[in-house]
Amino acid sequence: MMHLFVDLVYVIIDTVWDVLPIVTIIFGFQFLILRKPIPNLKRIITGFVLVLLGLGFFLEGLQAALFPLGRLMAYQLTDPSFIAGSDNVAALRWWNYYWVYLFAFAIGFATTIAEPSLLAVAIKANQVSAGAIGTWGLRIAVAIGVAIGIALGVFRIITGTPLYWYIISGYVFVLVQTLFAPRMIIALAYDSGGVTTSTVTVPLVAALGLGLAGTVPGRNPLLDGFGLIAFASLFPIMSVLGYAQLSEWKNRRNTQSVTKEISRE
Amino acid sequence: MNPLKAIWAALFDSLRDLLPIIVVIAFFQLAVLQQPIPNFSEITVGILFVVIGLTLFVQGLNMGLFPIGETMAYSFASKGNLFWLLCFAFALGFGTTIAEPALIAVAEEAALVAATGGMIANNEQSMESYAQGLRYTVAVSVGIAIVIGVFRIIKGWPIQYLIVIGYIGVVIMTVFAPAEIIGIAYDSGGVTTSTITVPLVTALGVGLASSIKGRNPMVDGFGLIAFASLTPMIFVMGYGMLV
Repeated sequence: MMHLFVDLVYVIIDTVWDVLPIVTIIFGFQFLILRKPIPNLKRIITGFVLVLLGLGFFLEGLQAALFPLGRLMAYQLTDPSFIAGSDNVAALRWWNYYWVYLFAFAIGFATTIAEPSLLAVAIKANQVSAGAIGTWGLRIAVAIGVAIGIALGVFRIITGTPLYWYIISGYVFVLVQTLFAPRMIIALAYDSGGVTTSTVTVPLVAALGLGLAGTVPGRNPLLDGFGLIAFASLFPIMSVLGYAQLSEWKNRRNTQSVTKEISRE
Repeated sequence: MNPLKAIWAALFDSLRDLLPIIVVIAFFQLAVLQQPIPNFSEITVGILFVVIGLTLFVQGLNMGLFPIGETMAYSFASKGNLFWLLCFAFALGFGTTIAEPALIAVAEEAALVAATGGMIANNEQSMESYAQGLRYTVAVSVGIAIVIGVFRIIKGWPIQYLIVIGYIGVVIMTVFAPAEIIGIAYDSGGVTTSTITVPLVTALGVGLASSIKGRNPMVDGFGLIAFASLTPMIFVMGYGMLV
């Protein structure tokens, strides 16, 4: 148990090291180019220290508790002997992997809800939109997108179909949706693709991809293990655009029925 | 609200954010794989760490990362010096990406793929230089992405025009890039944006859009991250073609 606290100190030192270039850039530009005093400097520095400590605790906690178990689980679930049971491994078809699809969907959803960068963007979007975009609404829309994306990405690895088919059709779909989506959501939706795959999601999803590509007959882990992150970055764009279209359509229908009632009276 | 109550509420929020992962892992471990949970006490402490960490992070976000990003956006806008703003944008994109641990991992993986596929010599030295080159490529592409994104906010261009160009770029590069690199290139878009970069860059964009007259922070302020996840795909495929 004690080693958790020792590791924590190392993780915090690592985090400080990672953040150093950013801090240098920010304060370098602030003091050399902008040459303006920063308001509330003490508060901002406290904020930075809290972010560092927070990330340290967060990463060490994930590494101690969730990653080893999650990774082991990804390998066990993709093990052909688990999937096939008493059947012949070579006779496996893509629908025999139903536990893997369910795990991909569930872990995609769950890790996205815990993703700190998505939380940050949701908080900002809620502030900027004056509460019109709920933090939970956005996060759940993104999480559903990631869940569907990773489940489909797993299907791709199992069937061995080319990655670019999916990504390019996804692009066409996103562009068509953009034509019909409300203007204020578009930039946020495109952003939500990039923020979802970060500290929590990448390690677990990468383990799932490499595990599958290593065990499905005929797949090469080096070539087929990649691509899940790409799915997880593309599908949230669709789900957020879809969520905005759905809420706009609902609003319009409500106002229409209200105006109809008023005109009837 | 008294401070102790506020801390409890914040911790409770973080626990709720974490609950789905705990449920999913417990369900698959106990019901599907039918195995006991190993190291129960260690896992409990780990979960406690994650909850504390998330709570501190959100506090620090509102006290430090968001205000500094916005303050700098206002100062650059009031100073009106486009050159230094774009330099800052590039430095922020490049500097936060080059040290990103997820990128370092992906670059090493990519070097292994390249060596196995016979694209580079299968020895440690050429793999290391390949990974190094890839990291610099991605970091430069993220720097360029933030520059383009900041420029778009200033000009007020609709984001979808630039995204369409980016998508077309990805499709064209996919046709010409070696098959081995495509999966890694597509993934590299997602791994570049770290937990500290995202809040800073978002605050910068929103701050710029709110301090420039005629821009709407909701329509124009977001979108920097979108560029930062798109350009690495194009650049990594380009790297795969050249090296």
